[in-house]
Amino acid sequence: MSTYQAHFRIWRGDPGGGELTDYTVEVHDGEVVLDIVHRLQATQAPDLAVRWNCKAGKCGSCSAEINGRPRLMCMTRMSVFARDEVVTVTPMRAFPVVRDLVTDVSFNYVKAREIPAFVPPAGLGPGEYRMRQEDVDRSQEFRKCIECFLCQDTCHVVRDHEENKEAFAGPRFLMRVAELDMHPLDAAEEAGLDRRRTAQEEHGLGYCNITKCCTEVCPESIRITDNALIPLKERVVDRKYDPLVWLGKTIRRRKA
Amino acid sequence: MRSPGRASIAARHLRTDRWWLSPAATAAGLLAFVAYSTWRAFANAHYYAAPYVSPFYSPCLADNCVPMRGGPNWALFGSWWGLSPALLILVFPLGFRLTCYYYRKAYYRSFWAAPPACAVAEPHRAYTGETRFPLLLQNLHRYFFYAALPVAGILTYDTALTFRDSHYAWGHAGLGTLVFLVNIVLIWAYTLSCHSCRHIVGGRLRHFSKHPVRYRLWTWVGRLNRRHMQLAWASLISVAVCDLYVYLLATGAFDDPRFF
Repeated sequence: MSTYQAHFRIWRGDPGGGELTDYTVEVHDGEVVLDIVHRLQATQAPDLAVRWNCKAGKCGSCSAEINGRPRLMCMTRMSVFARDEVVTVTPMRAFPVVRDLVTDVSFNYVKAREIPAFVPPAGLGPGEYRMRQEDVDRSQEFRKCIECFLCQDTCHVVRDHEENKEAFAGPRFLMRVAELDMHPLDAAEEAGLDRRRTAQEEHGLGYCNITKCCTEVCPESIRITDNALIPLKERVVDRKYDPLVWLGKTIRRRKA
Repeated sequence: MRSPGRASIAARHLRTDRWWLSPAATAAGLLAFVAYSTWRAFANAHYYAAPYVSPFYSPCLADNCVPMRGGPNWALFGSWWGLSPALLILVFPLGFRLTCYYYRKAYYRSFWAAPPACAVAEPHRAYTGETRFPLLLQNLHRYFFYAALPVAGILTYDTALTFRDSHYAWGHAGLGTLVFLVNIVLIWAYTLSCHSCRHIVGGRLRHFSKHPVRYRLWTWVGRLNRRHMQLAWASLISVAVCDLYVYLLATGAFDDPRFF
């Protein structure tokens, strides 16, 4: 097993201010960035704040920015960097910082609460839902989300424009709207809830300019833009901007 | 990005890779195509060398078009149209590509820097995305997709015409035939891999199990859709190469090598 000394720059600070602090730290074969942060805690910076949990890329806790790219620290191998490369680790820059590498991601919880939940179909009790696999495939892809919020962090709509946070739910939660709108048993429409219209009017889908950064950073490789956001945009067009679809539906309704 | 409460980092970004390369290459590629196609569209000359007609001028919708035997002459606009007839038809493929979800990503990143790359701060003070006019018009993409279908159909017809020789006898082929064949395959692949197409053929359904044929179509389009970016570039290049080939033949720069 080989070891070497790596040069790390880690942002240390709190909402009042902070700076990038240099560290030289030992790295062993097979380690990931989170291992190195833990070694720093153990040897040089016992007060370094970092949020982590599973170390397996499944809990979504250790989101940060490594050399300027939003990534999970536990899934970023040290072998992707040259041995003489400076590795810069900062907290996610779209959210308020709590301390060091820990950010306050409560924006996401607020947005999650704004999305109306699954509406159970009438006449079916728990355990009586039956769905064909091809009908749930699309929604299941979105269920892989580990809520690391890297997509929310990298989305320039809120990252570069704090003022848009009120109007824009962000890719993670627009994906949630898409998931529910594609769900074969969601009875929102029957209950008078138009998910497509609200996606545009209440959750800010129109702000998305499909530049695909959310897809690029997703550690679960969910094709957020192609499979959730663009299909949702097309569904919004059906509802709001396509007179042919409106005409077809009106004629069908009259025939019925 | 420097809002109160966030980590106080002055740099616009901390990326160490060559993040600028992709938007720069995209901008260069698109600008090169825009310059070439603008020249060719306004030139109003050297767009027919029997049996080949440039895809920029097909169908040719005005009286001032060169007569093309069996070709796509359709003087819908009569004699009052005095400008290049290419301008009449190029509006549709231009609109299709301008509102295409891939090209939107490409030009928002490379020309408008919104954002220039992931986690690289954009230079604009405010951002409203596609919520207002004129970008709200991006929602017209499906209509341009509908228009792109007959245009691709006519280009297919033009490709069939390339199996003639310069005396209009059938059963021949030359290097140009091959160029046109590759182009039409790429044009169809790009058109059918469109996100709007994917939605129309099946994406808008909630229960795939009740519509097996549309579900099958949706999965096929979905497979193509994964390559939409590559197909967008390949078809853009192939259509320019096709036009250049006709231009070179029409100006007498070289003769079309014949296979049979």
